[in-house]
Amino acid sequence: MTTDVEAPPPAKKEEDERRDSFVGLFLHNLWSANTVTVTVLSILLALIIGAVLIVVSDPDVLSTFSYFTARPSDALTASWDLISAAYADLFRGAIFDPSAFQAWINGTGTWRAAFTPISETLTYAAPLVFTGLSVAIAFRGGLFNIGGQGQAVIGCITSAVAGFAFGLPAGLNLLVALLCGALGGALWGFLPGLLKARTGAHEVITTIMLNYTATLFLSWLILQDGVQDPNRSDAISRTIDASAQLPALPAPLRVHLGIVFAVLVTAGVAWLINRSSFGFELRAVGVNPPAAKTAGMSVAKTYTLLMVIAGALAGLGGATQVLGTADKLTTQVAGNIGFDGLLVALLGRNRPWGTLFAAILYGALRAGGNLMQADVGISLELVTVLQALIVIFIAAPALVKAIFQLRAARAARLGASMAKGW
Amino acid sequence: MANDHIDITVEPGEVHALLGENGAGKSTLMNQLYGLLQPDEGEIVLDGVAKTFRSPRDAIAAGIGMVHQHFMLVPVFSVAENITLGAEEVRGGPLGILDRRRIRRDVVETSKKYGLPVDPDALVEDLPVGAQQRVEIVKALTRDVDLLILDEPTAVLTPQETDELLAVMRSLAESGKSIVFITHKLKEVKAIADRITVIRRGRTVGTAAPDTSEDELAALMVGRDVSLEVSKGPAEPGREVLKIRGLVVDDDRGVRAVDGVDLVVRAGEVLGIAGVQGNGQTELVEAVVGLRAIRAGTLEIDDQDLRGQGTKRILRSGVGYIPEDRSVDGVVRDFSVAENLVLDMYDRPPFGNSFKLNPKAIADSARDRVSQFDIRTSSPESAVSTLSGGNQQKVVVAREMSRPLRLMIASQPTRGVDVGSIEFIHNQIIHERDNGTAVLVVSSELDEVVALADRLAVMYRGRILATVSPDLPREEIGLLMAGVTGTEEPPATEEGTT
Repeated sequence: MTTDVEAPPPAKKEEDERRDSFVGLFLHNLWSANTVTVTVLSILLALIIGAVLIVVSDPDVLSTFSYFTARPSDALTASWDLISAAYADLFRGAIFDPSAFQAWINGTGTWRAAFTPISETLTYAAPLVFTGLSVAIAFRGGLFNIGGQGQAVIGCITSAVAGFAFGLPAGLNLLVALLCGALGGALWGFLPGLLKARTGAHEVITTIMLNYTATLFLSWLILQDGVQDPNRSDAISRTIDASAQLPALPAPLRVHLGIVFAVLVTAGVAWLINRSSFGFELRAVGVNPPAAKTAGMSVAKTYTLLMVIAGALAGLGGATQVLGTADKLTTQVAGNIGFDGLLVALLGRNRPWGTLFAAILYGALRAGGNLMQADVGISLELVTVLQALIVIFIAAPALVKAIFQLRAARAARLGASMAKGW
Repeated sequence: MANDHIDITVEPGEVHALLGENGAGKSTLMNQLYGLLQPDEGEIVLDGVAKTFRSPRDAIAAGIGMVHQHFMLVPVFSVAENITLGAEEVRGGPLGILDRRRIRRDVVETSKKYGLPVDPDALVEDLPVGAQQRVEIVKALTRDVDLLILDEPTAVLTPQETDELLAVMRSLAESGKSIVFITHKLKEVKAIADRITVIRRGRTVGTAAPDTSEDELAALMVGRDVSLEVSKGPAEPGREVLKIRGLVVDDDRGVRAVDGVDLVVRAGEVLGIAGVQGNGQTELVEAVVGLRAIRAGTLEIDDQDLRGQGTKRILRSGVGYIPEDRSVDGVVRDFSVAENLVLDMYDRPPFGNSFKLNPKAIADSARDRVSQFDIRTSSPESAVSTLSGGNQQKVVVAREMSRPLRLMIASQPTRGVDVGSIEFIHNQIIHERDNGTAVLVVSSELDEVVALADRLAVMYRGRILATVSPDLPREEIGLLMAGVTGTEEPPATEEGTT
């Protein structure tokens, strides 16, 4: 019995129970190592380290540090100005720009400009929600779907081709394109799922290999007759019919129906995991395959179906990207959405709603980073560093706990204290 | 907390039994003594000197040896190689070559000195369990230990092998070694111990002399009087429910585990399968519930062929199954009690259908089961991992007995379960029998099968050696478990079990 639960000595027990009232427990857990606290502190830590990087990477500010002992105020002021400008841009570019909003109220600007930041954030977030959900649901079933990228790329291809090739009537065209995206991704998920179920081939290996296959297939396909834009000699496909594109708000706003769709799908995935019979199976298989098997579930069938669903979700992510943001295929059309989906799912703790918020946070950092680059001249790469740092801290909760001296969460003891024993 | 201010003193040359239920904290205590765990408080005093053990290396250096419940041997190494592992004797500096001759000589010497015959050149994987255990003991002795800890050493042994081990322990103690003997079996404690320390829930609850009665020891262990007997009326066997003929099943390595078993279990009777663990019982049961492929033979329930049916269909045709390894096969530890209670019925009305679950029905039924089966949990929504082993097992029992059954299979139904829950689970099994269900009980605890069974089948190396009455003298059943039938000579223990 190697429990690390700290039971208080008997004398203190009474006092302890008093503190276990609901309010007491809430206050205790506010500064204890629960997931929300750790997540928030991870973001804070990332921003602090990011601030140091901002200062170090700026030669002008750095030069003020050469005479730091003579006039520390120079260095401190310059650093503060730069950091605050950078993070203010991050905020203004991602969420809310007071000056644009002011202009709209005064009649000198448009409402579109006022809502541009949040529109950008949601535009970047939409595909990540899908790829994040893909990774998250697979993980809940005990599978590491590293193949989100490949599935998303295939989703891009099938939905884009359906979007410019079929020429179906409006409405139906979009529906069919989205469906094709999901089907393409599902196929790309089905293969590793089937291999896992039938032969035990590890899904990490097979999905990584299928990522390469998908990317290279895209590069080849894009140059083929019927796919390549006939007026171009470089690797760009024909443009998707307007009727197959996801409806967006008027330019320059880019946000499209994809984000609404993403919220709906998140709700659907949450329902699927928690309330459906298949969700029950996948959760059981995810944490204890032998027990699931003993209870009569088919582990092989669950793995296969799970990878089909995960693939379909990532495929929808690709479809959202190509039908919403891009309007044609390029070799880079899927960007990094599949791999970012891994990080988004990790940040969201593999829970559907958590993944949605994590995707929005990622979208916000990306959108804000654009302004930061344009305005203060800080490279967009800093955003990537911030994203990476957040994930590192989330992945190493012990580090965060140690830095902030968090107490161990006691939430579990609410339920466990009475039943514990041997 | 697994240990709460425990005091224990071991004298030189004594066999000190550490008695306690599974999970009482015996192993945790000894792991601290062996340097695998560090105590939060308190100290270890050896020969008058306080010691700190950061790792087993420190403990070994101080003269403490341990034989773990699960042997720490490398199966593909020879006996001599295993014994030298961790203290390799080399020639020519730290990167030198192994001095195989000296290692071999040391092993032979030690084994002669203490009367523990081991073949230094045999591969460990070829040895029977009893011989592997001897290797572990010799391994500890070659390191010149003064204190030898044996963690549940008899769990895997036949009654005869157990007797041999007890004799070895006695002679080691006479040669001046101290022995700590961890167990939860009262009979062995009484047979060998000079002193008994009883641990319950991480605390020392008493020290007893070996002449204390079994009932008193049991009461000390659980903290209240318990009946070790199962009270049951005579069985009223009805129709033949489960019929097994010529069943052949392989284990995970592809080695024949069940080798032509014929069995019949009738409605309203308990058929017990006795046998030392690893003689094919696990594979036999797994084959019946469709978890393992059948190589040959037939399996029928009420004349319905079970071969090739999936586990789901077999369970739903009225078979209840309590798997032997609860934490791996029985429950999903992260799931709530309520979810675990419907683990095999989640997609059947009223709990749900093949599309969605019905959380309300699941919760309602869970409340009923929790009270009906006396499952001690703060809430049906608590994760099952927060429950004690006994209560986790009650969850499994409640789940399997909550639907109409024709056949109930209980494999090691009370392993790792506290005595209070054992009583309850045994009564539930008898209750199921009295309702006219055919019951198959498999247990490596002879006491348990004898107490429960109306007929007793003894399994040895994949075969049923004999079906006998549970009233047969213990010694005769023990001989059968060791593979000795009336006419044959006992096979030498040195023979390989492959």
